[in-house]
Parts: sequence; structure tokens; C-alpha cells
Amino acid sequence: MSREKQQEHLKRHIDETEDRQSDVGQSDVGNGEMDEAFVEDLDSLLDEIDEILEEDSQEFVENYIQRGGQ
Amino acid sequence: MGTETEYGISVKNAREQDPVAASTLVVNAYKSCRDDIPSTATAVTWDYDQESPLMDARGFLAEAETPISETDTSSAVNDILINGGRYYVDHAHPEYCTPECANARDLLLYEKAGELILEVSRLAAERLLLDNQEIIIYKNNTDYKGHSYGSHENFLMSRKVPFDAIVDGLTPFLVTRIIIAGSGKVGTENGSEEADYQISQRADFFEKEVGLSTMVNRPLINTRDEPHADEKLYRRLHVIVGDSNMSELSIYLKVGITSIALQLIEKGVVGKQFNLKDPVAAIKSISRDLSCKEPIELADGQQWSPIEVQRAYFKLAQQHLTPEERTPIVEDVLKKWRYVLDNLEIDPRRLSRHLDWIIKKKLLDAYRQRHGYEWDDAHLRMMDLQYHDIRPDKGLYIRLLKNGHVQRLLNHEEIVHAMHYPPVDTRAYFRGTCLRRFRKHIYSASWNSMIFTNKSGGLEKIMMDRPHFGTQKIVGELLNNCTAEELVKKIRGDAS
Repeated sequence: MSREKQQEHLKRHIDETEDRQSDVGQSDVGNGEMDEAFVEDLDSLLDEIDEILEEDSQEFVENYIQRGGQ
Repeated sequence: MGTETEYGISVKNAREQDPVAASTLVVNAYKSCRDDIPSTATAVTWDYDQESPLMDARGFLAEAETPISETDTSSAVNDILINGGRYYVDHAHPEYCTPECANARDLLLYEKAGELILEVSRLAAERLLLDNQEIIIYKNNTDYKGHSYGSHENFLMSRKVPFDAIVDGLTPFLVTRIIIAGSGKVGTENGSEEADYQISQRADFFEKEVGLSTMVNRPLINTRDEPHADEKLYRRLHVIVGDSNMSELSIYLKVGITSIALQLIEKGVVGKQFNLKDPVAAIKSISRDLSCKEPIELADGQQWSPIEVQRAYFKLAQQHLTPEERTPIVEDVLKKWRYVLDNLEIDPRRLSRHLDWIIKKKLLDAYRQRHGYEWDDAHLRMMDLQYHDIRPDKGLYIRLLKNGHVQRLLNHEEIVHAMHYPPVDTRAYFRGTCLRRFRKHIYSASWNSMIFTNKSGGLEKIMMDRPHFGTQKIVGELLNNCTAEELVKKIRGDAS
């Protein structure tokens, strides 16, 4: 990709992100209150977690031991 | 700038855990699943001559840490990547270092490319194990039992800035930065004050303000002075206090705003004015204050919230960055920095699609409510770990991303591209492109050197002491139109 194209691509990307971000900023407002659609969404997500969470959490977490790194 | 990430690793159903062997298996497996390395190729080794990890930024050599002989086990597993990065086994962890990047967006991109590299090699390595065994890799920083592994950031700075000025200017910034860049953690460890949930994974592990060590008695500001570049001109500031992030916005802002804070220090506009009374205690208390509003005490007795400290840096950036310094990306970083500070001020829960510690907290809260779990329930700790799982079918963060629940800054195609191509505007371009074009002529490489073998079997070393050189603009045409031999000759000729 040429330098100009890259800059253009980048600018477009940043603009898009900006649009999305202001969307999120508005729809995601909540003083702890969540709209119904969002709660439904979260419900299916929690179902998914029920499914994919490692079995035997207790044992797994206890056995997860790392050597210290940096 | 660049980041280094040590990943946690575990083999499910293994008779015993051998993290060094598992890490070695994973890193080596990556070589077998790439088309840029022919199976007959000899290994390109790492040039350790260029490293002195015990040199101290304050001007003296090694204080506490025992020198580690990196040449024993780890040199066998050391991969220099065609994207200009490095992939190796550090202690008992697979570690990925991004190539040198010139801006925060590239750095985010190359860090994310690293996650894919780990996942590709994890899959390849798993094929070599028994059917019931799984390799699990977490991009996190703790096992919850007092063992931490790091996520380090490196920033190139002018040698002219006195190190004390960096310590003064950067400490309050890094201590309060966790409200943006924390990854979140269930519980506490390492003998620190108890809490159900905290903002930072790493805060429990910092015990002093300044020092050289990275593994014990960790300091908020690390003094390692190993520039991997012309030491008369440059310093490489090694930041070890950060968490490993999954959220793209957390990574982007973490490196973006830190780079801006360092510019302010270089300009001399941040001095001692934000010095904290007790920074080590402050990072721990901020990590436990999920409102981000409880004041911490400055050295002069003033009481500021972490949001106020961050806002003070933000305001200085707005006042003092020149139009040339405000590139489109810097401008974007400033905008997003302000956005998160404004929203943290109103209610951190507004950022539950944006920042790791808040995304994770929301997920944990909802799951806790559904099942009535207490905070010390193993399921919640499991969720905390699994948030950082790099497998697309198991990782909770990745599931959120795929389902559109968290904010995206990158698209998948560009991340895949970044696995295979270096950034174009740093010396990583030279390193990555040479490896792609001339692999069989390269004997070894490091951050600032490449050694070629010549026709008669001798070695020719090319130093790359200027990180801003070796870019596509400067060497692109040359690299694409010559043989390895011509390249060495040309560079040697130009240098003499």
C-alpha cells in the first residue's frame, strides 16, 4: 500500500471508529439501568459462558500455577 | 515503541506441568506452520552480543538481580519473525515482542498479531500431544498465587532527558493510568489488602518506586538501560507496571497516552508538580477503588482523584503538543483519552464495552447474579482467567468481540497482514524484509544488528543503531532490487 493510500485508509478507519464510538457513547449510557434488548443480549452471553467455562473450575483454578516471570 | 508479552501456559491432562517444555513446544511449533521458512533452512540465531540487561539507567551496573544466562535454554527457541518481532521462551513463558512501531495504532495492531501467532502455534503444538491433552494459553499476568508474569512497554526517548525527570514526571502518570489500562482481577494476592475485585492485575506485585529488577521486589519505574540503539542519543524506557490487555482500546490508549506523557516530560512541562506522597501505596488503593474518585495524597498535601491526575496530563498535552506532533493518530488518542475520562467521571459502567477492567466486571456481576456466587467462588476466578484465553471458541473476551459486545478498532484482515509484514516506518521494515528475502544468507539478528554470511563463509555485521532508519521509504527500493551480497556491499560502502 502506498503511503498516501495508507494515510487515507487510516483516516477513514479513524472516522469510522469515531462514528461507532459516539453511537456507543449514546446507546450505552446507563446509571446502572440497562434497556431490555441489552439484557436479552447479556442473557444469551451468560448461556454461552455456562457452556464454555472450563469444567471443574475449582480444580482447574487450584492447579493453575505459573513460575513467576518478569 | 514496542511491547513484550509473557503468556501464561498450562497443559490440561498432563501428568505433570512443565511450563518450559510446553513453552518451547509452542514457540517451535510456529516454525513448522509458516511458509516463509523452508524445512531445510538453518536457524537464524539471536545476536546476544548486543544485550546488557544489567546496565542501569542511573549510570551503574546491576544491583540485585542475579545475571540470567539467557544463552542456556532459551537460545534454542528464539524466533525472529518476518513481521520484525521476536518470539521466544522467556523463563517459563512464551513471549512475543512486537516489532518497533512508530505510533499507537501500529503497536496495537502488532500486539494483536502476536495473539494470533500464539494461537496458530498453540494449535500446531497441540497436534503433537496426546488426544486428551489441551494447551491453554492466557494473555494475563497472574496465577492468583503470588506469581506474576509481565507485559512490558518500551519507549524510545532522547538521552538528554535526565532519568530523575522521568521518575518524577512518569510515576504519578503510571500509578493513575490503571483506571484506563487495568485488566481487572478477582481478589488479591501477594499479602496485599483484601478486595473482591480490583482494577489492576499487577498492582499487588509492586513494592518500591525505582529499581532495576523485574522479577522480585518490583519497582514502579524500571531502570534497565539497554537502548538497543545508539546509546549516546537514545534511551529505551522500559515500563513494567502495566497489565496485559485484551481490549483494543485499552492497549491503544495505554501506549498512546504514555507516549504523550513522555513527550511532555521531554519538553519539561511535567516536573515534580504531580509527585505523590506514597506512589506504591497509591497504586494499590487506586486498584481497589472502582469509583476512580477516591482522592490520593500528593507530596505537597493536595488530594486528587486518579481521574483528576490523568486529566491534568491531558490538559498539558492539549496545551503543549505542537501542530506537527498532533498527527491524526495522536489527535485520535487525545479524543479517546478525553472520552474515557469524561465517562469514568460520570460512571465507569458506561465503559463496559471499552475498557478491560470494566468489561470484565460487568460480565462477572451478571454471572454472579445469575448463579448467586460469592466473590470467592472458583467459577468467578475461572471466568477471570478465561477472559484472557486466546482460543476463539473459549476465550471470553474473544467471544464478546465476535458477538459485537466490545468496541473494535481493528479489522481481522489487517491483523493477519501484520503477522507477515513489518511496519513500514521503522527499522523493523529492514529486519522483516531481509528475513523474507534473504533468510538463507542471514546468520543472526537482534534489535539493532543483522549478521549476514558471505560467499567465503565469513560473517558481515550490519548495525541498525537508528530506529527511525531502515524504513520502506529509505531502503524499500534497494531491498527489492538487489541480492544479499549486493545489499551488504552497498550498505558497507555507504557507511565507510
